[in-house]
This record gives sequence, structure tokens and C-alpha cells, in this order.
Amino acid sequence: MEYTRELFQGYQWVFWAGAEITLLVGLASLPIALVLGLLGAWSKLCSIGPLRGLAVVYTTVVRGVPELVLILLFYYGLTILLQDLIAFLAGSSEPVDLPRFLTGTMTLGLIYGAFATEVFRGAYLAVSRGQIEAASAFGMSPFLAFRRVILPQMWRFALPGLGNLWLVLIKATALVSVIQLPDLMYQTNVGRMATRAPFTFYFTASLIYLLITAVSLIAIRYAEQWASRGVVRKI
Amino acid sequence: MSFLKTAAAAALTVAIAAAAQAEDMRKVRIGTEGAYPPFNYIDANGELVGFDVEIAKALCKAANYDCTFVVQDWDGIIPGLLADKYDAIIASMSITPKRKEVVDFTDKYYNTPARFAVQRGDDFDLTEGSGLDGLRVGVQGATIHEDFVRATWPKAEVVTYGTQEEANADLVSGRVDLVMADSVVLQEGFLKVDGGDCCEFFGLSYSDPTYHGEGAGIAIRKDEPELVEGFNAAIVEIRNDGTYKSINDKYFEFDAYGAE
Amino acid sequence: MDWLWELIGQQAQAGCMAVQGGFVGLMGEGDAIAGNFCRLMAGAWLTVKLTLISLVIGFALAVPVALARLSRNPLLNWPAVAYTFYFRGTPLLVQLFLLYYGSGQFSPELRELGLWRGMFREAYFCALLTLTLNTAAYTAEILRGAMLGVPAGEVEAARAYGMSGVKLYRRIVFPKAMRIALPAYSNETVFLFQSTSLVSLVTLLDLMGVARDVISSTFRTFETLIFAGLVYLAISFLIFSIFKRVEQHLMRHLKGAGGGEGQSAAGGTKA
Repeated sequence: MEYTRELFQGYQWVFWAGAEITLLVGLASLPIALVLGLLGAWSKLCSIGPLRGLAVVYTTVVRGVPELVLILLFYYGLTILLQDLIAFLAGSSEPVDLPRFLTGTMTLGLIYGAFATEVFRGAYLAVSRGQIEAASAFGMSPFLAFRRVILPQMWRFALPGLGNLWLVLIKATALVSVIQLPDLMYQTNVGRMATRAPFTFYFTASLIYLLITAVSLIAIRYAEQWASRGVVRKI
Repeated sequence: MSFLKTAAAAALTVAIAAAAQAEDMRKVRIGTEGAYPPFNYIDANGELVGFDVEIAKALCKAANYDCTFVVQDWDGIIPGLLADKYDAIIASMSITPKRKEVVDFTDKYYNTPARFAVQRGDDFDLTEGSGLDGLRVGVQGATIHEDFVRATWPKAEVVTYGTQEEANADLVSGRVDLVMADSVVLQEGFLKVDGGDCCEFFGLSYSDPTYHGEGAGIAIRKDEPELVEGFNAAIVEIRNDGTYKSINDKYFEFDAYGAE
Repeated sequence: MDWLWELIGQQAQAGCMAVQGGFVGLMGEGDAIAGNFCRLMAGAWLTVKLTLISLVIGFALAVPVALARLSRNPLLNWPAVAYTFYFRGTPLLVQLFLLYYGSGQFSPELRELGLWRGMFREAYFCALLTLTLNTAAYTAEILRGAMLGVPAGEVEAARAYGMSGVKLYRRIVFPKAMRIALPAYSNETVFLFQSTSLVSLVTLLDLMGVARDVISSTFRTFETLIFAGLVYLAISFLIFSIFKRVEQHLMRHLKGAGGGEGQSAAGGTKA
């Protein structure tokens, strides 16, 4: 304890405070990404032309532009629109403040929703045609068939992709530090500036990210085993 | 344009009406950098502290504003104000003609000159125009110091940083040969603290009105003149009632306000 | 190589100034994008340069790392595992700051070793080193997955013909693995290209760095970011279409066979 206090010159708190926000940002933006991903995949596979076009534009733009550009664009641009909209709906002349946490998670959710779209689309296509046809032959409505037959199988095919998405997402949270969200990266900068020991701080931060990755990998493996229960293994 | 003016006037009327209607305190969000010791920075307890922060609190009290702080990187601090992320910037921002094109300023609340810092014992040719040939000068980007160095020593290679601390760190490691910044920031935030004993001031103090402006003021969106007036009155008040002096003396051995 | 970069740069600069003149005439003197068009293009050039150099060196580094990952010798296997795990398990931004600001903490030692001037002192070097080490780790994983994907039958057949060692790898394993790896590798290239935007955070004036600079002097946040985004988008498209061409070229003997090959191997996504 004494040693760490000396090593980090009283700034060891930055790691706990930062890691907490990093995890919260990651966990909060994941569901946004998943919902957007399901909507995106559905749009891409549906028969409504404009919707399909919109989904293609969404995934192409988000995947073709660096996250850093998107985060800044979202922070300075879209949030102004949202703030104005909320203020207008609420009928107040006082500016409505969007918390940074919300801005950061919405941005990450929006970016990784595009990646989730591809994962879900691939998973849907992996469910065999025959199963879908069999479901409709049983008289299931498309929605019921989706819920009972397709979705349970989609999870299994989507899990490796989603696991990968989570690993990428948790690392991408480091970028929200540029909009002053006090995540691990941001807090590490605070510690580094105060102590002038950049290597010590960044290396420690990298080990914490590594720990998060390692724990995630184990969790993902368990989730994959769970999703594949009842599936005959070929090898 | 006329639409904007009408909208601004309407907003102003609403604001004044609201202020007249309810006597409660006006909410003001203050943007600051939080990485510019001793003026504004985050201490070991994670608290936002510094001269700017204490002055801001004193001004809010004098003007009867209910203030909250928002931390924002320097290179996005004016865009953030324009994007309505906060209502005023109190972050040691110099009042310059260039900035006045996009935001309004209050009167200055302090004014200190700019200086170079170099590694102890280093000596460079500072002849204006031809000096610093091929040398690297670290400055915080989008500051008066960047503009001043670029204009005064065109042969120097200017390296811009997001924060002053990053420029200082690269002077210590030797990535840049000189840094130019506010003399107080260099003295109190760098040379006097741990790790600053490697380096020292170099050359003269610079205070060229064309580049360095009239001192540090509070930046406010152009559609809120009543906020400018409110802060201006508060500056006069804390100067007169001794609040300014007591904050000043906590940080400095001289009067940071400069010439009246 | 430097003189070549410089020559291309000079030619581009001259051409660009003419274009900028036209834009300024069209958009007016005060336009943020038109007035800074050449600076933005110079930034885009640095972005492309960083991508190309780190891609080439990264690939050269990835091949031995992938082989070490596949090796049963723990002295080879363990370091390769640790290296790929570290660089794939931590954010690129942390790696960049670690190498840039972290190396500053050891500048006296690095100076003594002769690794300071012209190397760690330069932001460009630190950025290039970080990008290279990062992409090499991802590429090594892609290559490893691809080599594991080479059908055992083909390797057995080659062995039956008496091939072994280098010859087996050069003639059978590598060509096949390259084809398997290509879709994932094209993704990795686009990711690498986009990640170069982080170097703007360590004083470099790449496309993003110039864009941030333009924003802080003109306060035109929206237009500038959207312009930068469009340039990134256009180059991303270019990279994708180049890979599509290469893929078609490599798969030309499979025309009409449809599918089967070209399934993406190990995922190479990152932030």
C-alpha cells in the first residue's frame, strides 16, 4: 500500500475512478449498439427499399470514418440538435444540459450499432432457410417464427461476433476521454500531468485494460458454451 | 441574420422577463480547462481548483449567479461555448481581436506577461525575425503564444500541444528546445514544482498588445450582453471589497491584475 | 525513399495550391475549408504515408510472429502470445501515449543508448512505431488463423510429394493462407488507416490534426469535421476497392466455383 502510494504520488485513485467509468460507459453503450444492430440488420434484410438504403448508408458511413471524427462530430453537432429539441419539447428557455456520459454512450452505441448490424445480418443468414420454411409451414407468423426459431439460433451464430464487438467497444471507450468523460484514459492523463511519470501511469492503465479484456474473454467463452448447448460438436 | 437577431432579442426578452418574474438565482455554467496550473487544474483529491476557479466562484457570489463548472479541453473550449455546453469561459483566456470576432469578452480579470522557458544553461539567439532558426518551440495550440511565436520567429519550428503540461513535459525530455507560455503559468505550474528544476526562464517578458491582448477575460456568447455586464460589475466589486486581493495573495506574491 | 516522398510532396503541393485558389475564388476568402484546403490535403498525405509504412513493416513483422504463435517451442510461443495479447488487449491510444509520453520519462537513458535523436525524440517515429506494433499484432492473429485454416489434406499431399520446411510453407501454406486471410486483412487495413487519426493527439499534423487546428483557428467545427470525415470515407472506399481487385485476381482460378473459399478467418477488428 505504501509502495503504491509512493509510486503514484497520491494519484492511485485515478485508476479506480477511471476504470469504473470505463466499465459503465462500455456496459451502457452495448445495449444501444445491440438494439441499433438488430434494427439495422432487419432494415438491411427487409423488402422496404428506402429503409434498406438508409441502413446501408448508416453502416458504410460509420465504418468508413474514424471514431475520433464521429465522436467530436456527435459531441459538438448532434447534441446541440438534441438539446434544442428537448428544450423545445419541454418548452423551457433554459438550456437543457445533456450529460457527457449520455453523449459518450450514445456516440459509442451509434458507432458500434453499425458493427452489430453486420454481425446480426451474418447470423440471420447463417440460420438455414429450411428452418424458416418449416416454421412457416407450421403456420407460424413471421414474427412468431423470428422469436421462436430464428432468434434463439441467431444468438449462437452472433455470439463470436458480439464478443469481438464488446472487446473492441471497451477499448474504444478510451476515445471518449477527448470529450472529457472521466474514464480510465482521462483520469490517467490527470495523474500523469500531476506527477510527471507518464510511463508509470500509462503502463498501469494498459494493464487494467488488459485485465478487463482477459475477464471478458473468459466470460465470452462461457457464453458461447451456453449458447451452443445441445449442438452436436463435429470435432 | 435578421432572423438570428430577432431570435436573440426574443430570447433576451424571455430571459429578462424570467429574471424579473422570479427573484431566484440565474444558473450559469462555466467552462474551464482544468489542466492549467496554477490557474485551473485538478488536484490530488480530484477537485477542480486554481486562481481562475476561485475568482469565478467569487464573481458568481458577487453577481448572485448559481454557478457550476464544466471541464473542457482547450482546443474545443470556444466551440464548446458556441455549442451551448456552458455559458461563460473562465480559463485564463486572453482577450484578442481574433477571438472577439466570435465571442464577447468581459473586462480583464488579470494580466501577466509571456516568457520562454528552456533547459537550464541553454542559450539561444532571440533576434526577432531571424532568431531561433531551426529550433523547436513548444506552445499550447490555439493560444496567443502560438500566434506570437509564429509571427515573431518565423524560422522556428512551432510544435503545438493540447495542454501546456504536455509542452512542459516535452521540454523536460528534450523534444522541444524552448516553450513559450504565460510567465506565471511557467513559474507556478512548472519551474517551482517537482521536476521543474531542470529548466529556467529565458529572455525577456513579452507583452505585445497586438498578440497578447489586454489580459485574460471571461468569454461569453455574443447574444448575452447582460451576462457580460453582470460579470463586469462583479469584477469591479471583488476588486473593491478585497476579495480579489485575498485570492491573489493566496497564489502570487504580486498583483496579477496588472496596470489598472 | 525519403527523396521520393519529398518529390511527390512537392509536386502535390504545387498542384494543390492551384486547386485551392479555385476553391477560395468559389467559396470566398473566409471559408474554413477552401482557405485551408492544401493544409488539409497535406494532412491527408501524412495519414496515407503513416498507413502505408506501418502496413508494410507491420506485415513483415507479423509473419514471424504468426509462425512463433504456431510453434510448439515455448521460447517462441510464449513471447508471441504475450505480445499479441498485449497489443490486441489494450487501446491503441494508451499504447501511443505510453510510447510517446512514456519514452519522455526515460529520455536520458534513451539518449545514452543513441535512441533519442532522430528516433524517440520525434513524434513521427513514436507514432509509426506504435501503429506498426499494433497492426503487426492484429495481422499476426489473422495470419495464424489463416494458416490453421489451410486444409490438412493439402499439407499432407505436399508432404507426400516430399516437400517440407521452407518449401512447404512457401509453395503451399502461404499462398493458400493469404487467400483465406485476405477479407480479414482488408478490414484490418481500413481500421489501421482510420486509427492513424489518433496521432493528432501527439502533436502530429495528419488530416485529423490539421482539422483540429483549423477548427481552433476558425471555430468552424461542423464543416471542418464533416470535410475530414468525407476524405476519410473516400480513402476507406479506395482501400476496399483495391482489396476487392486483389481478391478477384487471387480467386480467378475459382471462377464459377462460387463461395467456399475466401471465408474470413480470425476477426481482425479493433478500435
